[in-house]
Amino acid sequence: MSQNFRIALRFLTAKKRAMLMSLSCIILGVGLFVVTQAATTGFQEFFIKTILGTNGAILIQDKVQATMRSIASGGYNSGYEIRQKEGQKYIEGIDYPEILTGGVRAFRNVSGVSAVLRETVTIHSSFREQTGQAYGIVLADHLRVSSLGSQVVAGSIEDFRVQQAGALVGRVIADKLQLDPGDTFEIVDKNDVHHYRVSAIYQTGVNDIDSVRVYLKMDDARALFKKPTGATYLQVSLIERDRAREDAAEMTNSLGYRADAWQDREKSWLGVFKAFRVATAITVSVFTLIAGLAMFNTLAMIVLEKTKEIAILRSMGYTREDISTIFLWQAAIVLAIGTVVGCALGALITYGVSQYPMPITGIFTSHKFLVQWSRWHYIEAVVISVLTVMVASLMPSRRAARLEPGDIIRGTAQ
Amino acid sequence: MADQPKIAMRCEGLQRYLGQDEGRVHVLKGVTFEAQAGHVYAIVGPSGCGKSTLLYLLGLLDQPDAGKIWINGQLMSNSLDAVRTAARGEHIGFVFQFHFLMLEFTCLENVMMPMKKLGRLTPPQMEERASRLLDSVGLGDKVHRLGTHLSGGEQQRVAVARAMANQPTIILADEPTGNLDVKNASLVFDLLTSLAKDNGQAVVLVTHNPDIAHRCDFTRPMRDGVFV
Repeated sequence: MSQNFRIALRFLTAKKRAMLMSLSCIILGVGLFVVTQAATTGFQEFFIKTILGTNGAILIQDKVQATMRSIASGGYNSGYEIRQKEGQKYIEGIDYPEILTGGVRAFRNVSGVSAVLRETVTIHSSFREQTGQAYGIVLADHLRVSSLGSQVVAGSIEDFRVQQAGALVGRVIADKLQLDPGDTFEIVDKNDVHHYRVSAIYQTGVNDIDSVRVYLKMDDARALFKKPTGATYLQVSLIERDRAREDAAEMTNSLGYRADAWQDREKSWLGVFKAFRVATAITVSVFTLIAGLAMFNTLAMIVLEKTKEIAILRSMGYTREDISTIFLWQAAIVLAIGTVVGCALGALITYGVSQYPMPITGIFTSHKFLVQWSRWHYIEAVVISVLTVMVASLMPSRRAARLEPGDIIRGTAQ
Repeated sequence: MADQPKIAMRCEGLQRYLGQDEGRVHVLKGVTFEAQAGHVYAIVGPSGCGKSTLLYLLGLLDQPDAGKIWINGQLMSNSLDAVRTAARGEHIGFVFQFHFLMLEFTCLENVMMPMKKLGRLTPPQMEERASRLLDSVGLGDKVHRLGTHLSGGEQQRVAVARAMANQPTIILADEPTGNLDVKNASLVFDLLTSLAKDNGQAVVLVTHNPDIAHRCDFTRPMRDGVFV
């Protein structure tokens, strides 16, 4: 143990109460930062996983057709022209999904592709009617690009596979229509009425999805929509989800279809999560700021009370750097204890919150508070505390180092 | 041929102003002084004549406005702060009127503090020397006591032991007995001078006590910033 550290430790014990105040603020600041970040990113991660598990990492839709960039207007050499900004236009839908699927599979990061046919329909049950969206899928393909298999909450996905005119119905819409597995219902599309049986009820947890989607087998959907070929979009799952943007751009360029990455599709929701996360981080950082102020105050008091000790240390050959180090050590000791205890407290509360049964409904549906465990929450909390407390400690420690021993002993130190 | 007396410290033409603007006072007006190893010097004079200011300059705790200071033959006045700080640790021991002990530390730790900074001895050697010094000032049985648990006289004796810790060239004492009763004052003075003489160290002390001054080898009276 260095001599400066030993002196710092003894000086600290002289100001126990003030130091405890700083320590408490650091513990609270770090702990609450960890908890709030775990919770906000927990909800965000849940949302991302659900979105990836239902809509895939990339959606390929709309054929891109090149057009002329400008058209002469007013006759040859008139000098007038109509410009088209992108030099291209989009044509809805995919004509030959099998061929396009082959092209998409050639991408190394792609783990699955599913062609989907979608239409807005009216759904009738014996109880009421409801507008929804029917999705035609090839089950085997779709299970590779989604979490549908694990989202079934009633009935069985196997029934959907084998049943004639089976359907997978979202939990919210099923509740609205009072449908249970085995019940029959009607889908009306352009005055054509088709009958289906509920094979299973699924729940993604995202209200926007669970309240509108009904999955049908592709052949049934083609018959319903009278579309023997083509698809509305291809749903693509990736091995590395964070590379979606790069892969989507490459797909757009090489395949001639517009490919949208999940980050761009869900930009608004992701923006909300980010804003919420930053807002909570700023709010709980107030504790860390108070810790910094308390540390500044405590060290300034110690400097005032220990001027004679500083003078005697200087008279014994201790340098200005030694004096400064002694005071920075004091801050570092409190900081080290505070961050370790704060991280432990944060982990404990995060665990407690994650275990506490708390039904959440609305945008999400969950039975308990969602948290994400990430070492980065702890690293960020510690970095913020270190920066705040050490910056706050710099001024008193430099002031201590600047004191002239002669002035102190003479009694004229300022 | 007899050995030349070793000059522990010398100053020449020291001047010092204190205060600012209209409150500026010419405290030292060209002081020249020399302290030889193994001798005890008393600087006496009325309050405000510049005794303590001179002592702080000699101890390199303050900078003169004019004049030069040599410690152990090395010119120290106006040298860099780091050089003066190192010289204080190696060549100078201080005893102040108020002991200035680090009260959160034991007697042993207080005495070892200058040694730890100098770093020339191993921890066991430091402890052995500190114990010996405390023993020589009559505190051998209180080495592990905190400063707060000692009487005023005992605290000042720890300060004497601490001043001797690095075997400095010169010991500067500012009213070392000023805060003690007659019995303790005499004890502390005897300890200070006998230890210094045994180690061949020069002692320069500032005192108002005529008995203490008479027991020193040399007495230098001061008035209005100069020796008279």
